[in-house]
Amino acid sequence: MRIKSAKELESCSLLFSEAMARQNKKVLVCAGTGCIASGSIEIYKRIRELVEGKGLLVDVELDEEKEGIGVKKSGCHGFCEMGPIVRIEPDNYLYLKVSPEDCESIVEETLIKGIPVERLMYTSEGKIYPRQEEIPFYRKQTRVVLENCGRIDAGSIREYIARDGYKALCKALFSMTQEEVCREISASNLRGRGGGGYPTGRKWSQVLAQKADIKYVVCNGDEGDPGAFMDRSIMEGDPHRVLEGMIIAGFATGSSEGYIYVRAEYPLAVERLKEAIRQAEEYGLLGDNILNSGFSFNIYINQGAGAFVCGEGSALTASIEGERGSPRVKPPRTVEAGLWGKPTVLNNVETFANVPRIIINGSAWYKSIGPEKSPGTKAFALTGNVNNTGLIEVPMGTTLREVIFEIGGGIKDNKKFKAVQIGGPSGACLTEEHLDLPLDFDSLKKVGAMIGSGGLVVMDEDTCMVEVARFFMNFTQNESCGKCIPCREGTKRMLEILERIVSGKGRPEDIDLLGELAETVSSTSLCGLGKTAANPVVSTLKYFRAEYASHIIQKRCPSGTCKALRIIGIDSKMCKGCGKCARVCPAKAIEGEIKKPYRINQDKCVKCGVCLESCPFSAIKEG
Amino acid sequence: MKGIMFIDGQKIEFDGEKHILEVIRKAGIDLPTFCYHSELSVYGACRMCIVEDKWGGIMTSCSTPPKDGLEVYTNTPRLQKYRRMILELMLSNHDRDCTVCDKSGKCKLQELAVRFGIKRIRFGTRDKSIPVDRSSTSIVRNPNKCIMCGDCVRMCEEVQGVGVLGIAYRGSKIMVTTPFNKNLGEVNCVSCGQCTAVCPTGALVVKNETEKVWEVLHNKNNRVIAQIAPAVRVAIGEEFGLKPGETALGKIVAALRKMGFSEVYDTGFAADLTVMEESREFLERLDRKEKLPLFTSCCPAWVRYVEQKFPDLKDNLSTCRSPQQMFGAVIKEHYKLVQEFSAVKTVVVSIMPCTAKKFEASRPEFAVNGERDVDIVITTQELASMIREAGIVFNELEQEALDMPFGLSSGAGIMFGVTGGVSEAVLRRCCGEKTVGSLKELEFCGVRGMAGVKEACVKINGRDIKVAVVHGLKNAGELIESIRRGEKVYDFVEVMACAGGCIGGAGQPVPSSSSVKVQRAKGIYAADRVSQIKRSEENPMIIALYNGILNEKRNLMHVSSRNRSIRKEE
Repeated sequence: MRIKSAKELESCSLLFSEAMARQNKKVLVCAGTGCIASGSIEIYKRIRELVEGKGLLVDVELDEEKEGIGVKKSGCHGFCEMGPIVRIEPDNYLYLKVSPEDCESIVEETLIKGIPVERLMYTSEGKIYPRQEEIPFYRKQTRVVLENCGRIDAGSIREYIARDGYKALCKALFSMTQEEVCREISASNLRGRGGGGYPTGRKWSQVLAQKADIKYVVCNGDEGDPGAFMDRSIMEGDPHRVLEGMIIAGFATGSSEGYIYVRAEYPLAVERLKEAIRQAEEYGLLGDNILNSGFSFNIYINQGAGAFVCGEGSALTASIEGERGSPRVKPPRTVEAGLWGKPTVLNNVETFANVPRIIINGSAWYKSIGPEKSPGTKAFALTGNVNNTGLIEVPMGTTLREVIFEIGGGIKDNKKFKAVQIGGPSGACLTEEHLDLPLDFDSLKKVGAMIGSGGLVVMDEDTCMVEVARFFMNFTQNESCGKCIPCREGTKRMLEILERIVSGKGRPEDIDLLGELAETVSSTSLCGLGKTAANPVVSTLKYFRAEYASHIIQKRCPSGTCKALRIIGIDSKMCKGCGKCARVCPAKAIEGEIKKPYRINQDKCVKCGVCLESCPFSAIKEG
Repeated sequence: MKGIMFIDGQKIEFDGEKHILEVIRKAGIDLPTFCYHSELSVYGACRMCIVEDKWGGIMTSCSTPPKDGLEVYTNTPRLQKYRRMILELMLSNHDRDCTVCDKSGKCKLQELAVRFGIKRIRFGTRDKSIPVDRSSTSIVRNPNKCIMCGDCVRMCEEVQGVGVLGIAYRGSKIMVTTPFNKNLGEVNCVSCGQCTAVCPTGALVVKNETEKVWEVLHNKNNRVIAQIAPAVRVAIGEEFGLKPGETALGKIVAALRKMGFSEVYDTGFAADLTVMEESREFLERLDRKEKLPLFTSCCPAWVRYVEQKFPDLKDNLSTCRSPQQMFGAVIKEHYKLVQEFSAVKTVVVSIMPCTAKKFEASRPEFAVNGERDVDIVITTQELASMIREAGIVFNELEQEALDMPFGLSSGAGIMFGVTGGVSEAVLRRCCGEKTVGSLKELEFCGVRGMAGVKEACVKINGRDIKVAVVHGLKNAGELIESIRRGEKVYDFVEVMACAGGCIGGAGQPVPSSSSVKVQRAKGIYAADRVSQIKRSEENPMIIALYNGILNEKRNLMHVSSRNRSIRKEE
């Protein structure tokens, strides 16, 4: 079907929401990548089969007026470690870690009789949390960008339209001018969610002002940070929202073509986006003469081949053009000469996903969320040593303490909080003193950190910060494109020094040399990757200098993480000389005679720790 | 854009400069760079040309456009520190066997390391060693010395349109390499050598064959004959502190004799032969209206380029051998009889501004029974190094004259050394009117100058002859495409692979600025001006030769067919 006018879209929206309302119970089985990996598709099939068997299954159809139960594959619910997740509406029950065997009880108990299955509900300290919004993980969250994720069938344009989908596009096309759209976005103070925080409205206005035969809209879905999956979840769970944001950007800036650059490692996102594009074209919401407005816009998908640096704007456009994914020098900026040398709006997935709501609700509404200078919400991928990990969305300005201790439920195993690394592999490590820092662009910048794309890695007291710096440096040096010398050679040498330190061969001058390297690389690199690559080193040097010193001077790793710095010894008073340790030692480093205390030859010892576990008298100790 | 900038407090006007680096150089400050070349696109990889603004912002001057009122500083403590660190980082991953490196003394990295006082490298060394690629006849590629400035890649692609060098892999594994990591001798490299001219280090160097020359010179059973290409005389002086364009032919002759060459001749003489043969061929084709436009065939890189990129147009190439090869064939023929009665072996060494000439001389069609017409080819730079090695004080040499009979050339023959020269020489020959006035007319017909593509229309014997003169292979490729599309029609197309023609060859001393080539061109035209013989057909030695050995053997001056395959294995 093709929707031919604003009015038709409105009536479609009404029809679809009525059809949705006829589903008096809805089962939303999470079909995000995380839950799929833990088997949610099987659960979806099983529940569907059971409901169908009872003759109660209905999909969102226009012609059928039957009431019944809807069973659908939704986008990510965020609480990934609890997957597979099943949400029941309208009761708002959230069933966690659902197995195929549970499906029968869900159908029989909840769907038929309306009784919750308590054993599948979130339980903490003996308390059962039946409804999603009561669970501490969700309580502090505000879902704007993710409002549809987990609430609608991710593969259905009808459900998106039923929930005001494409209404913003309609408003922009028929009751706003290009300038008004740019102004509205500017007034909302929406800032780029890709990490830079550049004002989106200003970017759009700059592209609108450019004179060119063709302009482009590019959506950056090359989310390369290890552990981050905000953009993936949006693309998978609410693909039409991204498309709508892009089409509005196209209208506002006078562009007629859009490209979504998405990682090939996100096959599900690619599939859902492709399907969404097909549907939007079929419904006349994308392609030639959208809603008979005279405005035409096409969107193409480009799959990235897995280079982190392709998340950088100019490398990304080069990659779309079929060139090597290397950043180029600026000026000219992307807004003047981006894709194929033409003016280009390049925004991140999450930025585009914010646009439809801003157009519908107005900039004043948007600015009411979070701090005025960086309003709105931000999605974060919360990982590391916290109790609750997953995808969260909070208003900007929420403090780290709220995120880690309330949403995240505190540190695992009641350990002490040590640090949190924010903003992806080139983010800074923040400490206890920053826990009350509001998460927004400006506050983070002040302490030398950045939101980046929104990764949050929480670390407990057992984490070695030198090892953390080494880990991230290893990532960035692998992902450096190699074009400019400071980044290519500087990251290599920083890694070399960090590897030396964690393996117990650090030299006293290494700390200063690291600092000097970090300063050069940050100040002189060509692109953002190089300019920020040293952040983990700089921040750990600043807040955990003593840890570096103890690795280098005392040859000790305070957290006991660095294997090479372990010293394992045998307490001669406790050793009974049984010889068990010598037999299990793979390096033949333990010498001695039966019934006399054994010794570990430190030159041969590989610090594997096998002997520690083998000693029946606990005579072997690590110091 | 026009305006005023402040560079280290100095007020400097700018007018149309694209980047502040150019304005800074105008201010007399030699800001270091590895990856900036005015003829190539801006790359911004080496980060050496960084400057600081008054707020402490750091930017690369090669990529920042000038702005009215902009204040930049080029030598602040921070910049000094960063430049030193960048150099140290570059050196840490560089194969530092400088003393045995071909580029030693001419290496930009070495020069800057000295300039910035880099006395220690605080990092580890290169962790892998990549085999040196010596497969090309002309170029040696040593990736262990590469600093990844990308100059060679852009030169090969943007100026020469050949594109056999590219960047592969990423991060610290990045390298410049050929398609599928093949050897340079196995890919479509045309041996123009321009990559070696822009390479700041010893990663790409001209294959050095001076050792072979010493060897033949030291063997007393050899008659070692030198031929000197026109472009060499106006550039070699730069190696010894003379001004660009200053002709040093007499000194070269003296030096070669001191080094032990038996006879020293001028390739310009063979260029006169080329003019005779090519003019005849051109007029014949014009009459028959076939295989037009005629493509010149003097430049071996261009010939290779046509064979590889436009094989269907191979027949448009003139069948004339290049002057180097005509010279070799004629000399070898000349001494053939003598050689039969004595044990003395004739060895032809040519001194060329060019790296592709090494490749040309190695082609199988230029050998008779396995013996090459030209035995060894050395470049201007190689000759300069031999002169230094021999301890000859070049500047103090008394000028000496070339030997006869092959040492006499017309002004037309000398002009082969510069873009447009072959066309002008051929037109002089074809033009029926042999007056001073007609010479002047041809001089101003449009074939002279440094524009990449020049066009001229000359009336010869009542006919309008359309000539195109191109230098830089990318320009040539584009011209061919426009001919194919029917947008352009020419009768005669002269192509020289290198910008400026042979004077800008990769075997020449590396020009310090673009004005150097202009000076060299002036030197060539000055040599023509003072020459008493202007036209090739007026060269008495040429006339004598046509009446002598060439009477029956014009085939010595032509290639029998241009069917040589593109690659060895095919």
